[in-house]
Amino acid sequence: MADTAFTSSSANQQSWMKRNKLIITPWMFLLPGILFFAVYVIIPIFQSFYYSTLDWDGLGAAEYVGMANYAELWDDDAFYVSLRNNFIWLFLYLLAIPGGLTIALLLNQKVFGIRLYKSLFFFPFVISQVVVGLVFTWFYDPTFGLLNIILGWVGLGPINVLGDEAYVTYGIIAAGLWPQTAYCMILYLTGLNAVDPEQIEAGRLDGAKRLKMLWYVVIPQLKPATFIAFVVTIIGALRSFDLISIMTNGGPFGESRVLSFYMFEVALSEYGFRMGYGAAIAVVLFLIMLVFIASFLRSMYKEEKGR
Amino acid sequence: MRSYFKASVAALGLVAAMTTGASADGHALSGDLVIFSDMSNPAPRAVMEGMVERFGEMHPDLNIELTIIDREAYKTQIRNFLTANTPDVANWYAANRMRPYVDAGLFEDISDVWADEELAGLASTKGAMTLDGKQWGVPYTYYQWGVYYRKDIYEELGLNEPATFDEMKSNCQAILDSGRKCYTIGTKFLWTAGGWFDYLNMRTNGYDFHSELMAGKHKWDSDEVRATFANWRELLDMGAFVDNHTSYSWQESLPFIVSGDAAAILKGNFAVPPLREAGLDDSKLDFYQFPSINADVELAEDAPTDTFHIPSGAANKDNAKAFLKFVVSAENQTMINAGDALGQLPVNANSSVDDDKFLKEGFEMLSSNSPGGVAQFFDRDAPAEMAKVGMEGLQEFMVKPDNLDKILARLDKAASRIYK
Repeated sequence: MADTAFTSSSANQQSWMKRNKLIITPWMFLLPGILFFAVYVIIPIFQSFYYSTLDWDGLGAAEYVGMANYAELWDDDAFYVSLRNNFIWLFLYLLAIPGGLTIALLLNQKVFGIRLYKSLFFFPFVISQVVVGLVFTWFYDPTFGLLNIILGWVGLGPINVLGDEAYVTYGIIAAGLWPQTAYCMILYLTGLNAVDPEQIEAGRLDGAKRLKMLWYVVIPQLKPATFIAFVVTIIGALRSFDLISIMTNGGPFGESRVLSFYMFEVALSEYGFRMGYGAAIAVVLFLIMLVFIASFLRSMYKEEKGR
Repeated sequence: MRSYFKASVAALGLVAAMTTGASADGHALSGDLVIFSDMSNPAPRAVMEGMVERFGEMHPDLNIELTIIDREAYKTQIRNFLTANTPDVANWYAANRMRPYVDAGLFEDISDVWADEELAGLASTKGAMTLDGKQWGVPYTYYQWGVYYRKDIYEELGLNEPATFDEMKSNCQAILDSGRKCYTIGTKFLWTAGGWFDYLNMRTNGYDFHSELMAGKHKWDSDEVRATFANWRELLDMGAFVDNHTSYSWQESLPFIVSGDAAAILKGNFAVPPLREAGLDDSKLDFYQFPSINADVELAEDAPTDTFHIPSGAANKDNAKAFLKFVVSAENQTMINAGDALGQLPVNANSSVDDDKFLKEGFEMLSSNSPGGVAQFFDRDAPAEMAKVGMEGLQEFMVKPDNLDKILARLDKAASRIYK
């Protein structure tokens, strides 16, 4: 009795497995990925929403405060400074794309030693952001730095780039653009390899030259590279944390902070004990990123459908 | 594991051979002792390792595991290891700086250790270790703050150590006229500005007002605090401080005094070893107490205390308590605070201060010329969040003194939330 029940159920199961093989197999392959994505990305997002309604120092008991953290954020000057800097980062960081394209076009030729030049241009992307930050900190140093020595030659006074709230964000972005431009350059160099020589030839026969050739023939073919460059640059701009931490630690008086750094500062740094407030900042940052993520997804979806 | 077992057997044998010799301070300990330390700079690191070695010799059966963590990183890591993977002994700081962990029940109440008569010599720092009427750790070192100045520059300009604010300003003017800056400072990490505020406020309004302000009992936008900032502003308007200080850490601000571009620095005694190493011997470097500003208030000093604690989740609390007692013992205090070790002041009254110019002067100052009281430091007396907002405001004031109204309003707003 028990025996037959066992065999019949197992046979049943097997046939169910067999019947649904085509549906189950992809899910089985996806399962580890989905699991990790859920545990490390999806669930924490909702946890952040939850924590942002608490007043919690990360150690003791948490107290529910509703929207109080957001209300405080609403008239927190430091938050607006960080938000403004985030947008400056987003816009100026995009300069890496035309910059990378220019260098890639320059390097896309077959002369002796071009590989060496390419690797030299790519070099800043290979070294750590921390090193980039340190190098630029010394470069900007108001007393001993190379920048002010050079400015001194042309009779310009010393500029304290990282100590002056008017220049500090731009100074850090310039440091960040160095490796980011190299990254975009590599993307475009590979993209240029895929440009169809026949189309160039056809364009040339039709009389397209220089800028026209670039704009109407080459750049449209580089669209996939541009898309990737755009994505990584936006992500890079939102990940500006390490450079800020190394170069200014958010200073002077918090003028170079971005949202991710501010979040770290209030929640996790030496003096930070406000998990709830940090989570509220994280939520705002998430909503900003969501705008970009959604538009990326949409354009990707459209492209897939168009094919 | 086997070799470890062998070693312990051998050690046991050694103890047996030495009989009571080694265990003069009680029974020998056994088991484990896990220590997390933030003493990562070269000299403190050697001190910490030396202490563990000597404690290990006293208790050969004890398996001591020492982990030294970078001092800055430690400040954020402590939250993690106090809640999970807890060590038996951990470094931290005194006063309000330990409050979050005390309130969260993560530090062990060790009032019973303090009841031991061996700790009677620690009376002077007991207050800094006490919260809610209980003691939560033991100090192992403290150090004076004050003005370290270039003696040779003062002699060249015919200046004397100032005793009043007026003398301080006239000295400064003479130094500025000679093409130098009066004070070097690096405010990139903010807390150095806290030292200046501590002194200016304690000298202007006295210790009691200062400690009440740190405890949130006064408004920042008050006549008293404004008077402090007005005094500070006088120095700022003279151009007393090095330019571009927002770009430098305190270590990066030292070259200015070494090269003679600045004549002095307001700093704790930990600045002496690097300055000496950079070539300023005792004929070039000297020390004076921060001069009096308001003659009606008694002098008070900053003397931050560094500490050891037992996390409440520790597995070997008895061993940990024995280690804390060992740390504060008079003999060990003399040894670890000597000029060739930490180069700071021993917390035990029965130990001796090393024969070092700055240590002697500092000890003298703290024990006889600080009648107003002894504060810890801006970021140890005020709650962590307030310290952060406050020091940022101080840095902004140093660069943009005209923003004072805005800064004070911001601090009051933060204070009304933090102190509740």
